[in-house]
Amino acid sequence: MVERRPWLDVFTHIVLLLSAVALLVPVWLALVAATQDVAGVNSVPIHWLPGGHLADNLAEAWRRGGFATRFTTSLIVAVGVTVGKIVLAMLAAFAIVFFSWRARVLVFWAIFITLMLPLEVRIVPTYAVAANALAPFQAILDATGLTGLIETVSGIHVALQWRLLNSYPGLILPLIATATGTFLYRQFFLTIPEELVEAAKMDGAGALRFLWDVLVPLSRTTMAALATIMFVYAWNQYLWPLLVTTEPERSTVMVELSRMVPRGDGLPEWNIVMAGALLAMLPPLAVVVLMQRWFVRGLVQTEK
Amino acid sequence: MERRATFRSPLLPWLLVLPQLLIIFVFFYWPTGEAFHWAFTLEQPWGGGRQWVGWQNFQEIFGSAAYWSSVRTSLTYAFGTSALAILIALLLALFIDREVRASRGWRVALIWPYAIAAPAIGMIFRFVFDPRAGVFSTLNALWPGAWDPALNGTHAMLMLILAGAWQLVAYNFVFFLAGLQSIPRPLIEAAAMDGAGPLRRMRDIQVPLLAPTFFFLVVINLTDSFTNSFGLVDIMTAGGPARATEIMVYKIYADGFKGLDYSGAAAQSIVLMGLVILLTVIQFRFVERKMHYR
Repeated sequence: MVERRPWLDVFTHIVLLLSAVALLVPVWLALVAATQDVAGVNSVPIHWLPGGHLADNLAEAWRRGGFATRFTTSLIVAVGVTVGKIVLAMLAAFAIVFFSWRARVLVFWAIFITLMLPLEVRIVPTYAVAANALAPFQAILDATGLTGLIETVSGIHVALQWRLLNSYPGLILPLIATATGTFLYRQFFLTIPEELVEAAKMDGAGALRFLWDVLVPLSRTTMAALATIMFVYAWNQYLWPLLVTTEPERSTVMVELSRMVPRGDGLPEWNIVMAGALLAMLPPLAVVVLMQRWFVRGLVQTEK
Repeated sequence: MERRATFRSPLLPWLLVLPQLLIIFVFFYWPTGEAFHWAFTLEQPWGGGRQWVGWQNFQEIFGSAAYWSSVRTSLTYAFGTSALAILIALLLALFIDREVRASRGWRVALIWPYAIAAPAIGMIFRFVFDPRAGVFSTLNALWPGAWDPALNGTHAMLMLILAGAWQLVAYNFVFFLAGLQSIPRPLIEAAAMDGAGPLRRMRDIQVPLLAPTFFFLVVINLTDSFTNSFGLVDIMTAGGPARATEIMVYKIYADGFKGLDYSGAAAQSIVLMGLVILLTVIQFRFVERKMHYR
């Protein structure tokens, strides 16, 4: 604080309080709705104070959405994306920063360009790839004439096929195919002093030893920041899981939530729907509130 | 990027980048290439592969009123959301940076919306703005039809923009706060000594020095509104009423997966890609300026 201005401070607090409340209002109304019965939630005017049906509504939403299995699916996907991203990003960034090899700049740019286009804008062809993840390789074999060659030589017709729809790899892999984490790691590796590398080499450590014993322990904060961001990102995915899980049994929490949109003529059961929405948003919310420091750090760093 | 002390090995670096390269090849480069392939070809109705049609798919989408309406909708949504989210976040950050007591606590109180998934917040806003059960139900009881996002396109768009801005405020806030805290304290103190009050300092020192953050957020917000808005639209309005909220991403999805018009959807994807790349290029030019400022 530069100077003492008690009135301005009071005013500041009021502005902040009002905005915090304004941000909270929609979620508060959802929480209140989740504590009403069907008649209460549809009454005019809207209720601002909670009723007594929260536990019933949560239980009903949990049962109706089959959330026991959905939560498992979403959890596996979120953890899979988080771990996969961290491992891939670290390995790739390590190769780009700590090795001198000829293709380094080329590889760097090949990875860098993926930052440009988010999954949403190439969604239709990505879906086609998910129907057969080996299609690119088959096409290359066909184009180079290798398929025909193998067929004449060995009599085997090569038809590569790996269907990813309704599978965990299908849910996870396309979400890993960006360079966010790689760049976060690259930035971090560039701050490692060269003396550290020299000392490690002097002591006879090879590249992998250096990675495992020096870089991995040093990168704990980077890892925590990336992990919180990726977990929230993966849990909250909607469009991709919606496309890839064609069987309702395999869908994620978010896709299941979208199926709860009230339809038909009866009184809409907003109380159950809101209970479902609250359940679905709880895990990432917990991550952000508990790991706020890492989350903010990751947010600021991944965009640079 | 140059370092002196590095490892040398002919094979190891390739093995290390191989997993990443394989994944981006299969799920990034190949689909992007396919999008171009499909955009310039048409599938034969009775099989027999794809036929080269040149710019025909593009001519079709550019000649269609529905497409231009989706472009307009996207622009309205993107600019509306970004403007609202950036202005509110800027105000909040300026106030929090006054370092009134408990400013860490305020940070938690303002950042959590970023964690909430688009489908969940879409569902919540849909309830809050529901004409019969939401906050405007009283209004509708007095004047029937005064508020109905299911029938009135403007209402639907307003509701969507509010929800989108609600999500982005927290994100922008983090960046503005980081930007404000990197402004050297002595600068502020010197201005205070010279007799500049808090508002004057905001106007003449803090806001101008935040310009790089501001432009960065404009680009990021616009990109995000163009690409990341599917969840909100699908849950809240499904593009309706009467296509009033059919943004570009939603139309690609609807044409591609419901209408099964892969070529049309691919051509639309290419246009959107161009738009996103343009924004990214602007962002990079501007990141250089940011270096210059520091």
